[in-house]
Amino acid sequence: MLLDVQITLRSVVFLLGGLLPFVLGGAALESFSPARAQTQPATQAPVSQSTQAQPGIVPPVAGQTQRGGLSVVVLDPAHGGTDPGARGAGGMRESDLVLEFSDQARRALEAQGFRVRQTRQGNDDPSLDDRSAMANAQRGTVFVTLHISSTGLPGTVRVYTMTDFPAAAGTTGMITWDRAQAPFLDLSRKLGDIVQGQLSQSFKGSPSSAQAAAVRQLRTTAAPAIAVEVSSVTVEDRADLVRMAPGVADAIARGIAAFRPIYEASPAASALP
Amino acid sequence: MTPRWRTRLLVGLALAVVAAAIYFPILRRRVQRAARLQQQSEEQARRELTLTLPANPGQPRVKTKLFWASSTEDGVLVPTTVDLPLSDDPVLRAKQVLNTLLAGPVDTELRTLPPDAALLEFYLLPDGTAIADFSEALATSTPSGIQSEQLAVDSIARTLEADVPQVQRMKILIHGQEMETLAGHLDLMGTFVVNTKPSQAPEKPAQTPAPTPAPSGKLTPGSAPGKLAQPEHKP
Repeated sequence: MLLDVQITLRSVVFLLGGLLPFVLGGAALESFSPARAQTQPATQAPVSQSTQAQPGIVPPVAGQTQRGGLSVVVLDPAHGGTDPGARGAGGMRESDLVLEFSDQARRALEAQGFRVRQTRQGNDDPSLDDRSAMANAQRGTVFVTLHISSTGLPGTVRVYTMTDFPAAAGTTGMITWDRAQAPFLDLSRKLGDIVQGQLSQSFKGSPSSAQAAAVRQLRTTAAPAIAVEVSSVTVEDRADLVRMAPGVADAIARGIAAFRPIYEASPAASALP
Repeated sequence: MTPRWRTRLLVGLALAVVAAAIYFPILRRRVQRAARLQQQSEEQARRELTLTLPANPGQPRVKTKLFWASSTEDGVLVPTTVDLPLSDDPVLRAKQVLNTLLAGPVDTELRTLPPDAALLEFYLLPDGTAIADFSEALATSTPSGIQSEQLAVDSIARTLEADVPQVQRMKILIHGQEMETLAGHLDLMGTFVVNTKPSQAPEKPAQTPAPTPAPSGKLTPGSAPGKLAQPEHKP
Protein backbone atom coordinates (compact mmCIF):
# COMPACT_ATOMS: atom_id res chain seq x y z
CA MET A 1 0.00 0.00 0.00
CA LEU A 2 2.83 2.38 0.94
CA LEU A 3 4.55 1.62 -2.36
CA ASP A 4 1.30 2.37 -4.23
CA VAL A 5 1.04 5.74 -2.55
CA GLN A 6 4.68 6.54 -3.37
CA ILE A 7 4.19 5.60 -7.02
CA THR A 8 1.04 7.70 -7.21
CA LEU A 9 2.77 10.67 -5.59
CA ARG A 10 5.70 10.38 -8.02
CA SER A 11 3.25 10.29 -10.92
CA VAL A 12 1.48 13.40 -9.61
CA VAL A 13 4.81 15.21 -9.20
CA PHE A 14 5.85 14.17 -12.72
CA LEU A 15 2.58 15.37 -14.23
CA LEU A 16 2.57 18.60 -12.26
CA GLY A 17 6.16 19.10 -13.41
CA GLY A 18 4.80 19.05 -16.92
CA LEU A 19 2.51 21.94 -16.00
CA LEU A 20 5.27 24.08 -14.55
CA PRO A 21 6.76 25.20 -17.87
CA PHE A 22 3.36 26.51 -18.94
CA VAL A 23 2.88 28.39 -15.71
CA LEU A 24 6.42 29.72 -15.51
CA GLY A 25 6.57 30.44 -19.22
CA GLY A 26 3.41 32.52 -19.00
CA ALA A 27 4.72 34.37 -15.97
CA ALA A 28 8.01 35.07 -17.67
CA LEU A 29 6.25 36.43 -20.74
CA GLU A 30 4.13 38.61 -18.50
CA SER A 31 7.14 39.98 -16.73
CA PHE A 32 8.90 40.88 -19.98
CA SER A 33 6.78 42.92 -22.27
CA PRO A 34 8.15 45.24 -24.97
CA ALA A 35 6.24 48.11 -23.42
CA ARG A 36 8.10 47.61 -20.17
CA ALA A 37 11.36 47.18 -21.97
CA GLN A 38 10.85 50.52 -23.69
CA THR A 39 10.31 52.26 -20.42
CA GLN A 40 13.89 51.57 -19.42
CA PRO A 41 15.77 54.83 -19.65
CA ALA A 42 17.72 55.08 -22.87
CA THR A 43 19.99 57.66 -21.42
CA GLN A 44 22.56 57.75 -18.75
CA ALA A 45 21.38 58.72 -15.34
CA PRO A 46 21.20 62.47 -15.11
CA VAL A 47 24.38 63.89 -13.71
CA SER A 48 24.46 67.37 -12.45
CA GLN A 49 26.57 69.66 -14.57
CA SER A 50 28.53 70.78 -11.57
CA THR A 51 29.88 67.29 -11.02
CA GLN A 52 30.87 66.64 -14.61
CA ALA A 53 31.86 70.02 -15.97
CA GLN A 54 35.56 70.49 -16.18
CA PRO A 55 37.31 73.73 -15.39
CA GLY A 56 37.18 76.47 -17.99
CA ILE A 57 39.36 75.62 -20.86
CA VAL A 58 39.58 76.13 -24.38
CA PRO A 59 40.91 78.50 -26.94
CA PRO A 60 42.38 81.52 -25.30
CA VAL A 61 42.84 84.82 -27.04
CA ALA A 62 42.81 85.43 -30.74
CA GLY A 63 45.78 86.84 -32.54
CA GLN A 64 48.11 83.91 -32.35
CA THR A 65 49.36 82.45 -35.55
CA GLN A 66 48.22 79.18 -36.93
CA ARG A 67 50.66 76.43 -36.02
CA GLY A 68 49.38 73.65 -38.22
CA GLY A 69 46.67 72.54 -40.55
CA LEU A 70 43.78 70.20 -40.12
CA SER A 71 45.35 66.84 -39.47
CA VAL A 72 43.31 64.98 -36.84
CA VAL A 73 39.78 63.62 -36.94
CA VAL A 74 38.16 62.44 -33.73
CA LEU A 75 35.47 59.87 -34.48
CA ASP A 76 32.87 59.29 -31.80
CA PRO A 77 30.82 56.10 -32.08
CA ALA A 78 27.92 57.14 -29.85
CA HIS A 79 26.55 55.27 -26.83
CA GLY A 80 28.15 51.98 -25.72
CA GLY A 81 28.45 50.10 -22.46
CA THR A 82 25.10 49.88 -20.73
CA ASP A 83 23.65 52.43 -23.15
CA PRO A 84 22.75 50.64 -26.40
CA GLY A 85 21.20 53.72 -28.03
CA ALA A 86 18.45 52.98 -30.54
CA ARG A 87 17.34 49.36 -30.69
CA GLY A 88 15.85 47.54 -33.64
CA ALA A 89 14.55 44.15 -34.60
CA GLY A 90 16.64 41.06 -33.93
CA GLY A 91 18.70 42.68 -31.20
CA MET A 92 20.04 45.44 -33.44
CA ARG A 93 21.85 48.01 -31.28
CA GLU A 94 22.97 51.46 -32.33
CA SER A 95 26.05 51.18 -30.09
CA ASP A 96 27.32 48.14 -32.06
CA LEU A 97 26.45 49.48 -35.49
CA VAL A 98 28.20 52.81 -35.04
CA LEU A 99 31.44 50.98 -34.21
CA GLU A 100 31.30 49.38 -37.65
CA PHE A 101 30.60 52.77 -39.25
CA SER A 102 33.45 54.27 -37.28
CA ASP A 103 35.91 51.59 -38.38
CA GLN A 104 35.01 52.19 -42.01
CA ALA A 105 35.28 55.96 -41.59
CA ARG A 106 38.68 55.59 -39.92
CA ARG A 107 40.03 53.65 -42.89
CA ALA A 108 38.61 56.16 -45.38
CA LEU A 109 40.03 59.11 -43.44
CA GLU A 110 43.46 57.53 -43.07
CA ALA A 111 43.47 57.01 -46.82
CA GLN A 112 42.97 60.79 -47.10
CA GLY A 113 46.02 61.37 -44.91
CA PHE A 114 44.29 62.19 -41.62
CA ARG A 115 45.25 60.86 -38.22
CA VAL A 116 42.18 59.38 -36.60
CA ARG A 117 41.32 58.93 -32.96
CA GLN A 118 38.20 57.13 -31.76
CA THR A 119 36.47 57.97 -28.49
CA ARG A 120 35.86 54.29 -27.94
CA GLN A 121 37.12 51.09 -29.56
CA GLY A 122 34.87 48.56 -27.88
CA ASN A 123 31.71 48.34 -25.87
CA ASP A 124 32.55 50.97 -23.30
CA ASP A 125 30.74 54.23 -22.64
CA PRO A 126 32.95 57.23 -21.96
CA SER A 127 31.09 60.25 -20.64
CA LEU A 128 29.99 62.95 -23.05
CA ASP A 129 32.61 65.28 -21.60
CA ASP A 130 35.35 62.68 -21.92
CA ARG A 131 34.48 62.29 -25.59
CA SER A 132 34.67 66.05 -26.12
CA ALA A 133 37.91 66.19 -24.15
CA MET A 134 39.58 63.93 -26.68
CA ALA A 135 38.95 66.52 -29.41
CA ASN A 136 39.62 69.48 -27.13
CA ALA A 137 43.06 68.15 -26.28
CA GLN A 138 44.13 68.02 -29.94
CA ARG A 139 45.20 70.80 -32.27
CA GLY A 140 43.98 70.91 -35.88
CA THR A 141 41.01 68.68 -35.21
CA VAL A 142 37.48 68.06 -36.37
CA PHE A 143 34.98 65.99 -34.38
CA VAL A 144 32.41 63.65 -35.90
CA THR A 145 29.89 61.84 -33.71
CA LEU A 146 28.17 58.90 -35.39
CA HIS A 147 24.58 57.84 -34.69
CA ILE A 148 21.85 55.56 -36.01
CA SER A 149 18.34 56.93 -35.55
CA SER A 150 15.19 55.23 -34.26
CA THR A 151 13.05 56.95 -36.85
CA GLY A 152 13.31 58.53 -40.26
CA LEU A 153 13.38 57.38 -43.84
CA PRO A 154 15.61 54.27 -44.01
CA GLY A 155 18.61 54.66 -46.27
CA THR A 156 19.04 58.38 -45.66
CA VAL A 157 21.69 60.21 -43.67
CA ARG A 158 21.45 63.55 -41.90
CA VAL A 159 24.18 65.83 -40.65
CA TYR A 160 23.57 68.09 -37.66
CA THR A 161 25.48 71.02 -36.27
CA MET A 162 24.92 72.72 -32.94
CA THR A 163 22.29 75.45 -32.75
CA ASP A 164 23.26 79.03 -32.00
CA PHE A 165 24.14 79.95 -28.47
CA PRO A 166 26.19 82.77 -27.02
CA ALA A 167 29.87 82.20 -26.36
CA ALA A 168 29.91 84.32 -23.20
CA ALA A 169 33.65 84.43 -22.77
CA GLY A 170 34.79 85.41 -19.33
CA THR A 171 37.14 88.23 -18.47
CA THR A 172 40.11 85.89 -18.92
CA GLY A 173 39.27 85.34 -22.57
CA MET A 174 38.62 81.69 -21.80
CA ILE A 175 35.52 79.97 -23.16
CA THR A 176 33.81 77.87 -20.54
CA TRP A 177 33.59 74.13 -21.10
CA ASP A 178 29.84 74.07 -21.49
CA ARG A 179 30.01 76.58 -24.36
CA ALA A 180 33.16 75.31 -26.02
CA GLN A 181 31.47 74.91 -29.41
CA ALA A 182 30.39 78.56 -29.66
CA PRO A 183 33.51 79.94 -31.43
CA PHE A 184 33.40 77.08 -33.94
CA LEU A 185 29.74 77.28 -34.98
CA ASP A 186 30.44 78.85 -38.37
CA LEU A 187 33.15 76.33 -39.19
CA SER A 188 30.93 73.48 -38.00
CA ARG A 189 28.14 74.64 -40.31
CA LYS A 190 30.50 74.80 -43.28
CA LEU A 191 31.84 71.34 -42.50
CA GLY A 192 28.30 70.04 -41.99
CA ASP A 193 27.09 71.41 -45.31
CA ILE A 194 30.04 69.92 -47.19
CA VAL A 195 29.65 66.47 -45.62
CA GLN A 196 25.87 66.54 -46.07
CA GLY A 197 26.36 67.49 -49.71
CA GLN A 198 28.59 64.46 -50.19
CA LEU A 199 26.10 62.20 -48.41
CA SER A 200 23.13 63.43 -50.41
CA GLN A 201 24.90 62.34 -53.60
CA SER A 202 25.24 58.79 -52.33
CA PHE A 203 22.01 58.43 -50.34
CA LYS A 204 18.95 59.66 -52.17
CA GLY A 205 16.34 61.35 -50.00
CA SER A 206 18.96 62.81 -47.68
CA PRO A 207 18.86 66.59 -47.18
CA SER A 208 21.20 68.73 -49.25
CA SER A 209 22.49 70.79 -46.34
CA ALA A 210 23.16 70.25 -42.66
CA GLN A 211 20.52 70.99 -40.05
CA ALA A 212 20.85 72.65 -36.67
CA ALA A 213 19.96 70.71 -33.54
CA ALA A 214 20.84 71.09 -29.87
CA VAL A 215 22.99 67.96 -29.77
CA ARG A 216 24.47 67.73 -26.30
CA GLN A 217 27.68 66.05 -27.47
CA LEU A 218 28.52 68.95 -29.80
CA ARG A 219 28.12 71.74 -27.25
CA THR A 220 31.27 70.95 -25.27
CA THR A 221 33.52 70.33 -28.26
CA ALA A 222 36.12 73.01 -29.03
CA ALA A 223 36.57 72.15 -32.70
CA PRO A 224 34.47 72.06 -35.85
CA ALA A 225 31.98 69.36 -34.87
CA ILE A 226 29.15 67.53 -36.61
CA ALA A 227 26.78 64.71 -35.80
CA VAL A 228 26.06 62.21 -38.58
CA GLU A 229 22.84 60.23 -38.09
CA VAL A 230 21.99 57.28 -40.33
CA SER A 231 18.33 56.21 -40.68
CA SER A 232 17.43 53.89 -39.09
CA VAL A 233 17.15 50.83 -36.87
CA THR A 234 13.65 50.31 -38.28
CA VAL A 235 15.16 48.34 -41.19
CA GLU A 236 14.27 44.65 -41.04
CA ASP A 237 17.76 43.41 -41.78
CA ARG A 238 20.88 44.69 -40.06
CA ALA A 239 22.77 44.14 -43.31
CA ASP A 240 20.81 46.99 -44.90
CA LEU A 241 22.51 49.39 -42.51
CA VAL A 242 25.93 47.76 -42.67
CA ARG A 243 25.86 48.11 -46.46
CA MET A 244 25.60 51.88 -45.99
CA ALA A 245 28.82 52.09 -43.95
CA PRO A 246 31.36 52.35 -46.83
CA GLY A 247 29.33 55.06 -48.56
CA VAL A 248 28.91 57.03 -45.35
CA ALA A 249 32.62 56.64 -44.55
CA ASP A 250 33.72 57.82 -48.00
CA ALA A 251 31.38 60.82 -47.89
CA ILE A 252 32.71 61.86 -44.47
CA ALA A 253 36.32 61.47 -45.61
CA ARG A 254 35.77 63.37 -48.86
CA GLY A 255 33.85 66.08 -47.03
CA ILE A 256 36.53 66.61 -44.40
CA ALA A 257 39.24 66.65 -47.06
CA ALA A 258 37.29 69.34 -48.95
CA PHE A 259 36.85 71.26 -45.70
CA ARG A 260 40.58 71.32 -44.92
CA PRO A 261 41.44 74.53 -46.86
CA ILE A 262 38.42 76.32 -45.36
CA TYR A 263 39.55 75.34 -41.88
CA GLU A 264 43.12 76.37 -42.45
CA ALA A 265 42.07 79.79 -43.74
CA SER A 266 39.68 80.51 -40.88
CA PRO A 267 40.48 82.95 -38.05
CA ALA A 268 39.04 80.54 -35.48
CA ALA A 269 41.57 77.88 -36.45
CA SER A 270 44.38 80.44 -36.52
CA ALA A 271 43.53 81.47 -32.97
CA LEU A 272 44.20 78.00 -31.64
CA PRO A 273 47.25 77.74 -29.42
CA MET B 1 -5.07 2.21 -3.64
CA THR B 2 -6.15 -0.30 -6.25
CA PRO B 3 -4.58 -0.35 -9.68
CA ARG B 4 -7.96 0.68 -11.14
CA TRP B 5 -8.09 3.89 -9.03
CA ARG B 6 -4.49 4.61 -9.74
CA THR B 7 -5.16 4.37 -13.47
CA ARG B 8 -8.17 6.64 -13.12
CA LEU B 9 -6.14 9.16 -11.16
CA LEU B 10 -3.37 9.15 -13.73
CA VAL B 11 -5.82 9.52 -16.59
CA GLY B 12 -7.50 12.36 -14.73
CA LEU B 13 -4.19 14.13 -14.21
CA ALA B 14 -3.22 13.58 -17.83
CA LEU B 15 -6.49 15.16 -18.90
CA ALA B 16 -5.80 18.06 -16.55
CA VAL B 17 -2.41 18.59 -18.16
CA VAL B 18 -3.94 18.58 -21.65
CA ALA B 19 -6.65 20.99 -20.52
CA ALA B 20 -4.03 23.24 -18.93
CA ALA B 21 -1.92 23.20 -22.08
CA ILE B 22 -4.94 24.44 -24.03
CA TYR B 23 -6.15 26.86 -21.39
CA PHE B 24 -2.90 28.58 -20.37
CA PRO B 25 -2.21 30.30 -23.71
CA ILE B 26 -5.79 31.61 -23.65
CA LEU B 27 -5.34 32.77 -20.07
CA ARG B 28 -2.05 34.42 -20.96
CA ARG B 29 -3.69 36.36 -23.80
CA ARG B 30 -6.47 37.47 -21.47
CA VAL B 31 -4.00 38.65 -18.85
CA GLN B 32 -2.02 40.55 -21.48
CA ARG B 33 -5.21 42.17 -22.76
CA ALA B 34 -6.19 43.11 -19.21
CA ALA B 35 -2.72 44.57 -18.61
CA ARG B 36 -3.02 46.68 -21.76
CA LEU B 37 -6.44 47.91 -20.70
CA GLN B 38 -5.09 48.72 -17.26
CA GLN B 39 -2.18 50.60 -18.82
CA GLN B 40 -4.58 52.60 -20.99
CA SER B 41 -6.76 53.31 -17.96
CA GLU B 42 -3.76 54.52 -15.99
CA GLU B 43 -2.74 56.73 -18.88
CA GLN B 44 -6.27 58.09 -19.10
CA ALA B 45 -6.35 58.72 -15.36
CA ARG B 46 -3.02 60.50 -15.52
CA ARG B 47 -4.26 62.65 -18.36
CA GLU B 48 -7.42 63.51 -16.47
CA LEU B 49 -5.37 64.50 -13.44
CA THR B 50 -3.05 66.71 -15.40
CA LEU B 51 -5.44 68.01 -18.02
CA THR B 52 -6.40 71.56 -17.34
CA LEU B 53 -9.99 72.29 -18.09
CA PRO B 54 -10.82 75.57 -19.78
CA ALA B 55 -11.13 78.39 -17.30
CA ASN B 56 -14.52 79.15 -18.72
CA PRO B 57 -16.17 76.31 -20.62
CA GLY B 58 -18.42 78.82 -22.33
CA GLN B 59 -15.46 80.72 -23.66
CA PRO B 60 -15.49 81.22 -27.42
CA ARG B 61 -13.27 78.88 -29.35
CA VAL B 62 -10.16 80.21 -31.03
CA LYS B 63 -8.13 78.76 -33.83
CA THR B 64 -5.17 76.93 -32.31
CA LYS B 65 -2.15 75.67 -34.23
CA LEU B 66 -0.67 72.37 -33.17
CA PHE B 67 2.53 71.09 -34.75
CA TRP B 68 2.78 67.40 -35.53
CA ALA B 69 4.90 65.44 -38.00
CA SER B 70 4.22 65.73 -41.70
CA SER B 71 2.65 62.72 -43.36
CA THR B 72 4.49 63.41 -46.61
CA GLU B 73 7.92 64.72 -45.68
CA ASP B 74 10.40 63.06 -43.36
CA GLY B 75 11.53 65.01 -40.32
CA VAL B 76 9.25 67.99 -40.92
CA LEU B 77 6.53 69.51 -38.74
CA VAL B 78 3.28 70.86 -40.14
CA PRO B 79 0.62 72.88 -38.33
CA THR B 80 -2.87 71.53 -37.78
CA THR B 81 -5.51 74.09 -36.85
CA VAL B 82 -8.18 73.15 -34.32
CA ASP B 83 -10.78 75.24 -32.49
CA LEU B 84 -10.26 75.26 -28.71
CA PRO B 85 -11.84 77.32 -25.90
CA LEU B 86 -8.51 78.74 -24.78
CA SER B 87 -8.05 80.76 -21.62
CA ASP B 88 -6.70 84.30 -21.72
CA ASP B 89 -4.32 83.42 -18.93
CA PRO B 90 -1.02 82.44 -20.58
CA VAL B 91 -0.23 79.64 -18.12
CA LEU B 92 -3.65 78.02 -18.44
CA ARG B 93 -3.54 78.58 -22.16
CA ALA B 94 -0.13 76.91 -22.45
CA LYS B 95 -1.37 73.93 -20.42
CA GLN B 96 -4.40 73.61 -22.66
CA VAL B 97 -2.46 73.64 -25.91
CA LEU B 98 0.30 71.35 -24.64
CA ASN B 99 -2.20 68.83 -23.28
CA THR B 100 -3.93 68.85 -26.65
CA LEU B 101 -0.57 68.42 -28.37
CA LEU B 102 0.24 65.48 -26.07
CA ALA B 103 -3.12 63.88 -26.79
CA GLY B 104 -1.82 63.56 -30.33
CA PRO B 105 -3.21 63.80 -33.84
CA VAL B 106 -5.89 61.52 -35.26
CA ASP B 107 -3.21 59.66 -37.18
CA THR B 108 -1.02 58.33 -34.38
CA GLU B 109 1.85 57.80 -36.84
CA LEU B 110 2.26 61.57 -36.91
CA ARG B 111 2.84 61.88 -33.18
CA THR B 112 5.90 63.76 -32.08
CA LEU B 113 5.49 63.06 -28.36
CA PRO B 114 5.00 59.68 -26.67
CA PRO B 115 1.37 58.81 -25.83
CA ASP B 116 2.11 58.14 -22.18
CA ALA B 117 3.88 61.47 -21.57
CA ALA B 118 2.04 64.04 -19.48
CA LEU B 119 2.55 67.70 -18.67
CA LEU B 120 2.93 67.83 -14.89
CA GLU B 121 3.26 71.58 -14.44
CA PHE B 122 3.87 74.73 -16.41
CA TYR B 123 5.31 77.98 -15.07
CA LEU B 124 5.86 81.31 -16.79
CA LEU B 125 8.40 83.76 -15.39
CA PRO B 126 7.95 87.52 -15.88
CA ASP B 127 10.81 87.63 -18.43
CA GLY B 128 8.94 85.24 -20.73
CA THR B 129 10.85 82.11 -19.71
CA ALA B 130 8.53 79.14 -19.48
CA ILE B 131 9.33 76.03 -17.46
CA ALA B 132 7.51 72.97 -18.71
CA ASP B 133 7.70 69.98 -16.39
CA PHE B 134 6.87 66.68 -18.08
CA SER B 135 6.47 63.18 -16.72
CA GLU B 136 9.34 60.71 -17.06
CA ALA B 137 7.69 59.12 -20.06
CA LEU B 138 8.79 62.05 -22.21
CA ALA B 139 12.40 60.99 -21.63
CA THR B 140 11.95 57.24 -21.53
CA SER B 141 9.44 56.81 -24.37
CA THR B 142 10.66 59.35 -26.92
CA PRO B 143 12.51 57.31 -29.57
CA SER B 144 16.24 57.72 -29.11
CA GLY B 145 17.77 59.79 -31.90
CA ILE B 146 18.66 63.34 -32.85
CA GLN B 147 15.84 63.64 -35.37
CA SER B 148 13.08 62.24 -33.16
CA GLU B 149 14.17 64.20 -30.10
CA GLN B 150 14.51 67.41 -32.08
CA LEU B 151 11.03 66.93 -33.56
CA ALA B 152 9.60 66.38 -30.08
CA VAL B 153 11.04 69.62 -28.71
CA ASP B 154 10.30 71.59 -31.88
CA SER B 155 6.65 70.53 -31.83
CA ILE B 156 6.34 71.89 -28.28
CA ALA B 157 8.24 75.10 -29.06
CA ARG B 158 6.41 75.86 -32.30
CA THR B 159 3.01 75.16 -30.76
CA LEU B 160 3.78 77.55 -27.90
CA GLU B 161 5.11 80.11 -30.38
CA ALA B 162 1.90 80.00 -32.37
CA ASP B 163 -0.56 79.98 -29.47
CA VAL B 164 1.05 81.56 -26.40
CA PRO B 165 2.92 84.68 -27.52
CA GLN B 166 4.04 85.56 -23.99
CA VAL B 167 6.45 82.60 -24.00
CA GLN B 168 9.85 83.72 -25.25
CA ARG B 169 11.93 80.70 -24.31
CA MET B 170 11.32 77.38 -22.68
CA LYS B 171 13.12 75.15 -20.23
CA ILE B 172 12.14 71.48 -20.13
CA LEU B 173 12.23 69.55 -16.87
CA ILE B 174 11.54 65.85 -16.44
CA HIS B 175 9.57 65.10 -13.28
CA GLY B 176 10.84 68.30 -11.71
CA GLN B 177 14.48 67.54 -12.47
CA GLU B 178 16.92 69.09 -14.91
CA MET B 179 18.13 66.40 -17.32
CA GLU B 180 21.27 66.46 -19.40
CA THR B 181 19.51 65.12 -22.49
CA LEU B 182 16.01 64.20 -23.57
CA ALA B 183 16.64 60.61 -24.71
CA GLY B 184 20.42 60.55 -25.06
CA HIS B 185 20.99 63.26 -27.65
CA LEU B 186 19.11 66.52 -27.35
CA ASP B 187 20.54 68.99 -24.86
CA LEU B 188 18.10 69.90 -22.06
CA MET B 189 20.56 71.92 -19.98
CA GLY B 190 19.71 75.20 -21.66
CA THR B 191 16.49 76.89 -22.73
CA PHE B 192 14.91 76.64 -26.17
CA VAL B 193 13.98 79.72 -28.15
CA VAL B 194 10.21 79.83 -28.60
CA ASN B 195 9.41 83.30 -29.77
CA THR B 196 11.90 85.77 -31.16
CA LYS B 197 9.33 88.56 -31.36
CA PRO B 198 8.59 90.88 -28.41
CA SER B 199 5.87 89.65 -26.08
CA GLN B 200 2.35 90.40 -27.26
CA ALA B 201 -1.01 90.42 -25.56
CA PRO B 202 -2.85 87.12 -25.80
CA GLU B 203 -5.15 86.69 -28.70
CA LYS B 204 -8.70 87.75 -27.97
CA PRO B 205 -11.21 84.95 -28.32
CA ALA B 206 -13.35 84.86 -31.45
CA GLN B 207 -10.87 87.01 -33.32
CA THR B 208 -8.72 86.05 -36.20
CA PRO B 209 -5.47 84.72 -34.81
CA ALA B 210 -2.42 86.91 -35.20
CA PRO B 211 -0.42 85.91 -38.24
CA THR B 212 2.50 83.65 -37.46
CA PRO B 213 5.56 83.73 -39.64
CA ALA B 214 6.04 81.20 -42.41
CA PRO B 215 3.69 78.37 -41.39
CA SER B 216 5.29 76.19 -44.00
CA GLY B 217 6.15 73.64 -41.38
CA LYS B 218 9.73 73.46 -42.59
CA LEU B 219 12.22 74.09 -39.84
CA THR B 220 14.92 76.50 -40.76
CA PRO B 221 18.00 76.31 -38.58
CA GLY B 222 18.66 80.01 -38.36
CA SER B 223 15.32 81.25 -37.15
CA ALA B 224 13.18 78.37 -36.03
CA PRO B 225 12.04 78.01 -32.48
CA GLY B 226 13.32 75.03 -30.62
CA LYS B 227 16.95 75.99 -30.98
CA LEU B 228 19.01 76.04 -27.83
CA ALA B 229 19.52 79.41 -26.26
CA GLN B 230 21.55 80.56 -23.35
CA PRO B 231 22.90 77.38 -21.84
CA GLU B 232 23.02 78.01 -18.17
CA HIS B 233 26.31 79.37 -17.09
CA LYS B 234 28.07 77.08 -14.70
CA PRO B 235 30.75 78.44 -12.45
